Amino acid sequence: MSDFVNDFWNLYVVVIVLVSILACGVFLWSQSIHAPAAGAKVETMGHVWDETLEEYNHPLPKWWSWLFYITIVFSLVYLALYPGLGRFQGMLGWSSAGQHKAEVDKVDAQVKPLFDKFLKMDLAAVAADKEGMEMGKRLYLTYCVQCHGADARGSKGFTNLADNDWQWGGEAAQIVETVSAGRIGSMPAYGGNPEAVGGEAGAKEVANYVRSLSGLTHNADLAAAGKAKFETVCVACHGPDGKGMAALGAPNLTDKVWLYGSSEATIVETITKGRTNQMPAWKDFLGEAKVHLLSAYVFSLSAGADKK
Amino acid sequence: MSETQSTYNYKVVRQFAVMTVIWGIVGMLVGVIIAAQLVWPELNIGPWLTYGRLRPLHTNAVIFAFGGCALFATSYYVVQRTSHARLFAGGLAAFTFWGWQLIILLAALSLPLGFTTGKEYAELEWPIDILITVVWVSYAIVFFGTIAKRTVSHIYVANWFFGSMIITVALLHLVNSAEIPVSLTKSYSAYAGVQDAMVQWWYGHNAVGFFLTAGFLGIMYYFVPKQAGRPVYSYRLSVVHFWALIFTYMWAGPHHLHYTALPDWTQSVGMLFSLILLAPSWGGMINGIMTLSGAWSKLRDDPILKFLVTSLSFYGMSTFEGPMMSIKTVNALSHYTDWTVGHVHSGALGWVAMVSIGALYYLLPRLFNRQEMHSVKLITVHFWVATIGVVLYIASMWISGVMQGLMWRAVNSDGTLTYSFVEAVKATYPFWAIRFLGGVLFLSGMLIMAYNMFKTIAAGNTKDVPVVAAAGHHA
Repeated sequence: MSDFVNDFWNLYVVVIVLVSILACGVFLWSQSIHAPAAGAKVETMGHVWDETLEEYNHPLPKWWSWLFYITIVFSLVYLALYPGLGRFQGMLGWSSAGQHKAEVDKVDAQVKPLFDKFLKMDLAAVAADKEGMEMGKRLYLTYCVQCHGADARGSKGFTNLADNDWQWGGEAAQIVETVSAGRIGSMPAYGGNPEAVGGEAGAKEVANYVRSLSGLTHNADLAAAGKAKFETVCVACHGPDGKGMAALGAPNLTDKVWLYGSSEATIVETITKGRTNQMPAWKDFLGEAKVHLLSAYVFSLSAGADKK
Repeated sequence: MSETQSTYNYKVVRQFAVMTVIWGIVGMLVGVIIAAQLVWPELNIGPWLTYGRLRPLHTNAVIFAFGGCALFATSYYVVQRTSHARLFAGGLAAFTFWGWQLIILLAALSLPLGFTTGKEYAELEWPIDILITVVWVSYAIVFFGTIAKRTVSHIYVANWFFGSMIITVALLHLVNSAEIPVSLTKSYSAYAGVQDAMVQWWYGHNAVGFFLTAGFLGIMYYFVPKQAGRPVYSYRLSVVHFWALIFTYMWAGPHHLHYTALPDWTQSVGMLFSLILLAPSWGGMINGIMTLSGAWSKLRDDPILKFLVTSLSFYGMSTFEGPMMSIKTVNALSHYTDWTVGHVHSGALGWVAMVSIGALYYLLPRLFNRQEMHSVKLITVHFWVATIGVVLYIASMWISGVMQGLMWRAVNSDGTLTYSFVEAVKATYPFWAIRFLGGVLFLSGMLIMAYNMFKTIAAGNTKDVPVVAAAGHHA
């Protein structure tokens, strides 16, 4: 695609660039021709400012003029070889996009057999392969570490990948799907909908019930009131027993794993304000083979973790 | 002629000169703080004192508060002395002082509070932009008004550089700050996408070229020959390098956008004019350093000359390094690394700050009717502390910059990156610690200077100095 909306701007760039570079050379040359003979005594210009300020008129240093000319000649040669004069691509046909593509293609061709080898293996087999796991770890440290952390233990709002708790399922196919297509997890906000849980007070009741599910300290009266609300509203995603639903990314509320925190205040906040979170989709960016290796690495992280 | 017409207006020069030292300390202190935050991240006290908000405060404070006050002080002094006339429009000159201080104060408040346009070196929001425009136009009226009423026929070379700086900075500011206000404290750039980036770096690089180079070459052209007691080396060289410098600088901005969405042809043109810029830049260094030929012995025991000549050496080094870094293949390694930060500081500390400091040590005794500074010995101490500080700063940034560039591009045989980003950060820590030390040393030098300045002022007076008649115009 051309950068120019019409021929005028192309011509404008070509002319103004060439004229400007040549003008530097002509200007330098015009100022060099009347140099005094070598060894001649150099006089001042005859002007005096502020009592003592005067100027000699030494000729331009030769080496300096040559340096100037060399940069001008270099520029003209460069413009013949590389893009610079408007639409003209240069005799070498170079472009930054072309350079990038050539470098990527070269490396891709080099590493393709290596990645293809692992793509043919199933996730558990890759997870058990030393070389595969080294590659997976390097990919992880480049692409995943920003959110999930170098130790893969996540942080508030970012899931822990090193345990055996899975928001979207821990089967091989589910992990590949999560990495490939990404996930958008959404807990609705009930704060603006008093009929659902009954405002802040109702959210507090539900929060106490939720805390009771995993054996955390709670107010029994509030929890009892919250139970009824849970069973009409929350049940849709988290299930009647609160064990969640991997297909929707609804977390298990009966375990000790909390993405945003388990304090009463945090749970009330989650219920009233909701939570929306996103795992990006990597398939288009990384390609199937890298996604496969990354998934295998994530799979391997929880292999040694305790089953719950 | 009335009494005020026959004396120089030193009041506004004194005000700007003293504030140069004060803002220098403030700006460099903020620099030291953000350097420390990189070594000890727990020093980010948020949100007001986090790195992200203090960094623009640092750049604005050192460039526009410290550098700006240095330019106002020296240009107002030089234009009067070399025009053999009192400063034009004294009231307007006083307005530029108070207006500029107000702008600095607003920057110091608004940036930590989080108000920013997000454009580097032009972060201040639109009401402040308008104030800058008003003050800058007043500056132009005072400066060119004084040139117009000069009593010598020729305009001294230093004034060419100051004048080109004033005109170009006005142009840069107006074009780059074109923005659409949505509230008193928020605006959006008038440009979008890659055009916005190109306008931004056309501005950004010319801020370096005109505010931090042409203006400070103006300082050099007055204070170096004055302090050395020698004529300028070559009038012809000053003509050639002046016009070549201001012409080619305008083109160099695209080298900040190599390997981006900017079209290839624009990147190439930016790179080539950056290379052509090498000789015009060095013209200024040659003219300054060669002015000393025949007076080299003075360098041994004159610390002011030490500052001035060292600043020219750093200027020559930075203006060699700059064109090299603009070459696409070099830039592919250096861009986004600490190398850039080191390059900027070899210019900012080594050139801009040191030439300003040298000029101020010349200026202060003359503004307060003293023979010399309170302590010449302390100037020497300041010189060595500052020089060691700059060397530590730029050497550490060179090493860490090249190291970062190499670590970022290192790949394994499977095509994956050898180092994760955080590993490069970790490897940089020792160099950030050395940089912090370099910054502390440079700041200490400024504190020594402040002490010396206040001692000089305390024993001085502000008696008016009569305008010197131009040579050949004796009344």
